Amino acid sequence: MTAYLKIDHVDKVFIRGSRETEVLKNVTMSVARGEFVSIIGHSGCGKTTLLNIVAGLTPVTTGAVLLENQEVNEPGPDRAVVFQNHSLLPWLTAYDNVRLAVDKVFSGKRSRAERHQWTMHNLELVQMAHAKDKRPTEISGGMKQRVGLARALAMEPKVLLLDEPFGALDALTRAHLQDSVMAIHTKLGNTVMMITHDVDEAVLLSDRIVMMTNGPAAYIGEVLDVPLARPRRRLELSSNATYLRCRQRVLEFLYERHSFVEAA
Amino acid sequence: MAMPALTAEAETAAATTPAAEVLVFKPRTPGFIQARLIPMLGDAAAKVIPPLVMLTLLLVVWELLCNKPGATLPPPTKIWTEAYDLIVDPFFVAGPQDIGLGWRVLTSLQRVAIGYGLAGFIGILIGTIIGQSVWAMRGLDPIFQVLRTISPLAWLPISLAAFRDSQPSAIFVIFITAVWPIIINTAVGIRNIPQDYRNVAAVLRLNHLEFFWKIMIPSAAPYIFTGLRIGIGLSWLAIVAAEMLTGGVGIGFFIWDAWNSSRIPDIVVALAYIGMVGFVLDRIVAAVGNVVTRGTTAT
Repeated sequence: MTAYLKIDHVDKVFIRGSRETEVLKNVTMSVARGEFVSIIGHSGCGKTTLLNIVAGLTPVTTGAVLLENQEVNEPGPDRAVVFQNHSLLPWLTAYDNVRLAVDKVFSGKRSRAERHQWTMHNLELVQMAHAKDKRPTEISGGMKQRVGLARALAMEPKVLLLDEPFGALDALTRAHLQDSVMAIHTKLGNTVMMITHDVDEAVLLSDRIVMMTNGPAAYIGEVLDVPLARPRRRLELSSNATYLRCRQRVLEFLYERHSFVEAA
Repeated sequence: MAMPALTAEAETAAATTPAAEVLVFKPRTPGFIQARLIPMLGDAAAKVIPPLVMLTLLLVVWELLCNKPGATLPPPTKIWTEAYDLIVDPFFVAGPQDIGLGWRVLTSLQRVAIGYGLAGFIGILIGTIIGQSVWAMRGLDPIFQVLRTISPLAWLPISLAAFRDSQPSAIFVIFITAVWPIIINTAVGIRNIPQDYRNVAAVLRLNHLEFFWKIMIPSAAPYIFTGLRIGIGLSWLAIVAAEMLTGGVGIGFFIWDAWNSSRIPDIVVALAYIGMVGFVLDRIVAAVGNVVTRGTTAT
């Protein structure tokens, strides 16, 4: 496997005053081109910190993040993020939120008409073209997350980073969005790194699941391949032996070997 | 009464644009009058009638209190007869110092426009800088908190000494009065830009100018407009006081002049003008704020 994105011996220590908190300890993993990798762990284990490090929003303490063998240490549109709370700009319409990203990334490279088409194309990809003139306050949580996804996809990122993108949604909406993400991943072949705490979601979407131990000083406890053929269908999988086995493995990891200890 | 007018309008519209027929004819059904027009009128009446009733009551009480011999202040009826020309025609010109209150208000507004405009521009600029720098905030905020409590009139002698002319002094007083709430509110607004928006800007690699126009200003707009709204109110308070001392044509000087020539009814009329103009100014800034900050307050 050739490493497209490589997280190389990353440590992260947060220093607040005289208190040092070690969040991540010696995290090493790589993601191949076109691969969908999930990172799963209990709340507070440093999953989001890891994603922010890859995004360049949080600097590493030691170690490095390499994308196509180039070190990346600041944010950029080649690692677009779909944020947990959508982070759409509330004063812009859905279209303008996506267009802002398109204009910034493709200014000088594509004509105005092309940028408009590209914006609409991405809104259509997430089935949000009908609400292009709505502001974030006027659409539901699932729709906001779709627009956020369109914004990230529109940057044509090398790696798409999803930070618990469906965490705040109800089960039905979440299932719809998961199906959309799967369809888009199949169609475009993006390289995706997703943070989640939902076992079913991780097994359903991922090629590989990276399981993290509890913090502080979280590390990668186990990596599980999910050898399920794509396209995957939610209903068929619920009785699929491989699916159930993978699910079982993740559950065992999370609830037997590394069960969440409150106020640890 | 509204019915014939509506019908005529609908028919002309239907004759010229047949495509709009359906749209135009819909409102003519009696359901529209009952469902939309009557509640609308009812709403308007509910807003207009109570203040009118209270105003009438107040005028009656005032009339009763002041309409006896020995009263120091004139009753409304006396004001109406004595200041009749000032009330009915705001824009008469009968001589260099004998002009309608409308003209005087406009002169004052002109000064306010310059002073307040400067305060808005500089206040937002300084507020933006302070909001971005923790140290500038720590260093300057206490100073501003002290300066902002200084009465507008206390600045006047200083500005007269500095400018040696009444016109720029009056404008400076407006500026110095209005600028503090604008600076402070802008700074707070800039400091409160959610980390989420900063992250989006970082991922998009917005440069400083883009960040300023596309994230900072829209995100801080509700705060900025709070400052602007307080600022316009203070400006209008300050101009009247400043003009009393600097003289000239404005509404403030008119009051002082009326007092010196014992025209108490004129003063009352001028007060009513000042109140109404202040009210309108406040509403204008609030309305602009509402339009500009649409959708920015909620997430």
